[in-house]
Amino acid sequence: MQVEQQPPAVTPRSPLVPNAVARAVDTFFYDNKIVRDFGIATVIWGIIGMLVGVIIAFELARPELNVTRYTTFGRIRPLHTNAVIFAFVGNGIFTGVYYSLQRLCKARMFSDTLSKIHFWGWQLIIVSAVITLPLGFTTSKEYAELEWPIDIAITLVWVVFGWNMFGTIARRRERHLYVGIWFYIATFLTVAVLHIVNSMAVPVSFMKSYSMYAGVQDALVQWWYGHNAVAFFLTTPYLGMMYYFLPKAAERPIYSYRLSIVHFWSLIFIYIWAGPHHLLYTALPDWAQSLGVAFSIMLIAPSWGGMINGLLTLRGAWDRVRTEPVLKFFVVAITAYGMATFEGPMLALKNVNALAHFTDWIVAHVHVGALGWNGFLTFGMLYWLWPRLYRTPLFSTKLANTHFWLGTFGILFYAIPLYWAGFTQGLMWKQFNAEGMLQYPNFLETVLQLVPMYYLRGIGGVLYLSGVFVMMYNLYKTGRAGTLLANEKAEAPAMLPEAQDPHVPSGHWHRWLERRPFQLAVGATVAIAIGGAVEMIPMFLVKSNVPTIAAVKPYRPLELQGRDLYIKEGCSNCHTQMVRPFRSETERYGEYSKAGEFVYDRPFLWGSKRTGPDLHRVGQKYPNSWHYNHMMDPTSMSPGSIMPAYTWLFDNQIDYSTLPAKIRVLQQLGTPYPGGFAQQAVADAQDQARGIAAQLKTEDIDVKSDKEIVALIAYLQRLGTDIKVKP
Amino acid sequence: MSIIFLLIGISLLVALTFLAAFFWAVRSGQYEDGYTPAVRMLFENETEQEAPPKPPGT
Repeated sequence: MQVEQQPPAVTPRSPLVPNAVARAVDTFFYDNKIVRDFGIATVIWGIIGMLVGVIIAFELARPELNVTRYTTFGRIRPLHTNAVIFAFVGNGIFTGVYYSLQRLCKARMFSDTLSKIHFWGWQLIIVSAVITLPLGFTTSKEYAELEWPIDIAITLVWVVFGWNMFGTIARRRERHLYVGIWFYIATFLTVAVLHIVNSMAVPVSFMKSYSMYAGVQDALVQWWYGHNAVAFFLTTPYLGMMYYFLPKAAERPIYSYRLSIVHFWSLIFIYIWAGPHHLLYTALPDWAQSLGVAFSIMLIAPSWGGMINGLLTLRGAWDRVRTEPVLKFFVVAITAYGMATFEGPMLALKNVNALAHFTDWIVAHVHVGALGWNGFLTFGMLYWLWPRLYRTPLFSTKLANTHFWLGTFGILFYAIPLYWAGFTQGLMWKQFNAEGMLQYPNFLETVLQLVPMYYLRGIGGVLYLSGVFVMMYNLYKTGRAGTLLANEKAEAPAMLPEAQDPHVPSGHWHRWLERRPFQLAVGATVAIAIGGAVEMIPMFLVKSNVPTIAAVKPYRPLELQGRDLYIKEGCSNCHTQMVRPFRSETERYGEYSKAGEFVYDRPFLWGSKRTGPDLHRVGQKYPNSWHYNHMMDPTSMSPGSIMPAYTWLFDNQIDYSTLPAKIRVLQQLGTPYPGGFAQQAVADAQDQARGIAAQLKTEDIDVKSDKEIVALIAYLQRLGTDIKVKP
Repeated sequence: MSIIFLLIGISLLVALTFLAAFFWAVRSGQYEDGYTPAVRMLFENETEQEAPPKPPGT
């Protein structure tokens, strides 16, 4: 590829390309207020999301910090991930898009009303997440935990965002769509598709639903979504922002514009196929795993193309990196992007994944991306934007530098201990002694080894968060020193119709017509496909519920209630239900997990991290009394355990009010309960509960059969036992 | 495992939409000029807010 020579020195001359046709010059105003509002929201939600992150980090080191039922690790870990992804990064995206899109299109945002609806709608969605997640309303699907009414709200607000964005693009005064805009468009389209497909669920009640997909199918959809959420929410919009704010801050054009275009198209074509690397060594067919691995490896090329393009933009300007905090943040952000996108494909290799999966290595990996790439790019952007929005120099460059170093050391203190923890635990799980027995048969031993690392990681988080407080103060003082330029005046010639524009090649009138059939065809295909999908999904569902293992039966109503408690308490945030086909795992847990065992699991609960041991074969492994005592005080059964006590399960009564509705929904989705079973469900559950209570009585444990703990025990004792039943 | 085919279908659809966008971009001359857009975007927000700006091209 031809790479441009040294760029011309940037001199302040008229930027507008002289045009053969005389054109009227429009005067218009950029909306800076909406940019400022999204910027403030970014900072506030960033602090909240990271604070929750720090809290849960220390909860792992000191379990007594899980003080109330609303703030256990299981319940607020999703709050942390949702807050930093959708609130901090989400608002960061909108800040960057609303600022740069207006300038790149030379047009004000399409509609101020839509901008406002978008802003407040998004904040309300986040507030609803902050309320519902600690209360235990969750689908348990990672980064898609919010229940169905909020999912619908997200869809609506996202449409408003798209409407506003495409409206602005349609009214642009600059024919060429700068590469950054392409990244924004890809973000909008793909996130919409991902969110809708993954959120398909049938409501049971106002805040409870069951996934339309079951077991392995649900896992596939979830990780197709999960991986592409990283790709199209955390990566593409930020790349678009990098292509705008980095050249602006460096005051020189991007190293190679052609490379940026190649980067864009190759990245989006490859990314969407990489999802299955989250399911290596699971029940997913081998060919699909290999497909995911191959595309993950290929991703290095576009990712590093983008990173190199970013870093080389600074050639000849590296002296300014020494003094300009904005550029410092950008350099670390792009470097972190390069490291994370090298590590990602490596982790997607099956042999590396065998060691790393379910350990803290993955947590370290995502935080290099989140803290380094997303965090630092956001900070750099805000430091660049604030003086421009408020027409005053940054309050303190020194404080910005302080923030930079706090953040950088924060990342190091966070990531290095967790890499250490990940290697340590992965190796300990797999270690056999000379007799061929597991060296560390007690899972807890491998956990306690990591506790010092969890402290260090927490300290890293505190450092990083303290930097954000420094930034908040700095931006606040900057805002106070200046005045917000709410409407920024700009001028540009109106865009000519394509046919009259000499810059459009072969601009004959009939080209308009020529292209339309193609676009029409594509549009029609999309519309048909949506209709088709709506028809197909229920069909798949029924078919997928034909059990492939005859002994696997639907959950009994009490077990279903227990399973929903398992979901509510977020148990899957620390416990997996997927025994991989390794000797080290079958020795530790039992028979490896099979696809046919999950056909009634809505949603699937495989988890992605083993902070505690895998639970898929826990059923019948311990007596009921063991679970009873363990949930009351985990350290009584496992001295030193870092699991919190779940004392409220012993006080709360099982809520049977929605049980008949649950059974009906599951029947509708294809679970083969006998006809009219919904009416008998409560009685059946109470019957099973009485049996468990009576059994506990024989071990001198007095418990009323209507307490939640009984339902949870019923579920745990059922887990993974069906294949042991003799037909 | 029928869901795989649904997901591949949807993924292909997204990819085809991107492909259509790519063809549109190339055919409408978006990439005729691979250099000046990178320079042009640097000149956006330099409009003086106090003094009336000079009309471009004069």
